[in-house]
Amino acid sequence: MSSTTDLPVLLPAAQRLAERARREREVGGPIPRLTARHGAWLAVILVFSAGAAGAQAGAAQESVLSIMLKWTPLLFQGFIFNLAISFLAMAGGTAAGALLGIWQISLLPPVRAGSWLVTQFFRNAPWLVLLFFCMFLLPFQVEIFGVVIPLPDWIKATFGLSLPVMANVSEIVRGAIQSIPSGQWESAESLAFNRRQTLWQIILPQCVKRMLPPWMNLYAILTMATVLASVVGVSEVMTLTGQVLSAEGGRTDLLVPFYSYILLWFFIYCYPIARLTVRLERHFVVKT
Amino acid sequence: MTDTQTWTADQPIVRITDVHKSFGAVEVLKGVSLDVMKGDVICIIGPSGSGKSTLLRCINALVPINKGSIRVEGQEVHDPKLNKLELRKKVGMVFQQYNLFPHKTALQNVMMAPVTVLKQNKTEVEARAYALLKKVRLEGKEPSYPGELSGGQQQRVAIARSLAMNPDVMLFDEVTAALDPETVKEVLVTIRELAEEGMTCLLVTHEMGFARELADHMYFTDRGVIVEHGPPEDFFANPKDPRTKEFLGQIL
Repeated sequence: MSSTTDLPVLLPAAQRLAERARREREVGGPIPRLTARHGAWLAVILVFSAGAAGAQAGAAQESVLSIMLKWTPLLFQGFIFNLAISFLAMAGGTAAGALLGIWQISLLPPVRAGSWLVTQFFRNAPWLVLLFFCMFLLPFQVEIFGVVIPLPDWIKATFGLSLPVMANVSEIVRGAIQSIPSGQWESAESLAFNRRQTLWQIILPQCVKRMLPPWMNLYAILTMATVLASVVGVSEVMTLTGQVLSAEGGRTDLLVPFYSYILLWFFIYCYPIARLTVRLERHFVVKT
Repeated sequence: MTDTQTWTADQPIVRITDVHKSFGAVEVLKGVSLDVMKGDVICIIGPSGSGKSTLLRCINALVPINKGSIRVEGQEVHDPKLNKLELRKKVGMVFQQYNLFPHKTALQNVMMAPVTVLKQNKTEVEARAYALLKKVRLEGKEPSYPGELSGGQQQRVAIARSLAMNPDVMLFDEVTAALDPETVKEVLVTIRELAEEGMTCLLVTHEMGFARELADHMYFTDRGVIVEHGPPEDFFANPKDPRTKEFLGQIL
């Protein structure tokens, strides 16, 4: 491996894998594989399928592009709803996960074991199953001190999505804390810092940088997973697309253009996050 | 136990009596005893794995001991009821790998413990931190982050950081072992100045020339016991134990 090059040469498979593994070891986790080329392909598929569908449609039917244009405002509202769900689930999951992650390194064995169990349980459960659980186990309203608070489906779905986020954040936090050299704990201890002071003033501030890339990666994954809420009837972008397609009389020529259209939106939203993540990772590898 | 006994300056400031320490099945300290008087400079030498660093870590309770007693200013260190804050205010420690806080500037590194732990006034601590960094010859480096400093500079920040707690005893754990030969000197100069000001210092070191010149008392440890000790003149000129002879023969 002595020869290195910046040229986009096609390396032999083993070397390519080794190279990738080396980079991932450096950043401490998987690097997202989303590239601009994926977006370009999506756009090509969209244009072609829309064109092909348009050619098939003939004069009697409305053109595919005008149908798509007509429904765009509604679908976009649905997409914004997806993003809202992703924000809320990420915020809730991060808050709970940070706590859980810190508990995972607690000095009290029951706290440590309990948080480990919760983390592992939700990290290894299919997101869709968790979603179903929340839909059917949570009541449609809760009463707190005589105040009735309704729990619409989308809130339940957000809660369901925040559970795996929580578990993943918990692992990110635990991993980051444990990646800080033990000398930091030792020197803090010898300077009379107690455990809490050490954690909050010395260890966690150093963790933030390390946690940011995997956390952003998780956010991109969550955003793409918000469409799972369609399965449980939340009127987000996928549900709306299905409804639009049946409102248009179930025209099969519309399927590919519409779904490519939605894919493209998600790509446009998630791709910059993935790029930023990679850039941050490179930056931190150099600096730390 | 007579923990209430008052310590006076004519008694050893650090009194280590028959200390045993095991990590799992491995006994790294097998009955070590030594006394340090106030203002003394003690150098501990010995092959790696002989328990030198562990001994230092026991003195400020970073590592608990299995048997024996360690008293700092008359206070038993390994009393479960010990106020660790009080102990660590008295005993400063500097590490081989500096262990500076990388997310804080040199100045903040020095200020952090007095402000956070001792809740001292920030303005006063800041003035003292500037003075301490000046003392270790790092004037102008206050706003630098550890990553921007050389090893020797980082180690001097670490010394200033320890001094900010106004300790009575300083422990130096192979503080020059990770440094380039050129920067070793600047750190040794700093330690010498401290010693000359009367700071009680316990050094684990491989710098024999420095030890010979500065130490009031030399200790040679091997496999968890003190093999030989004495004033540096005797210790280096005519070592008695064959293990000391062999070690000095290899290193000098």
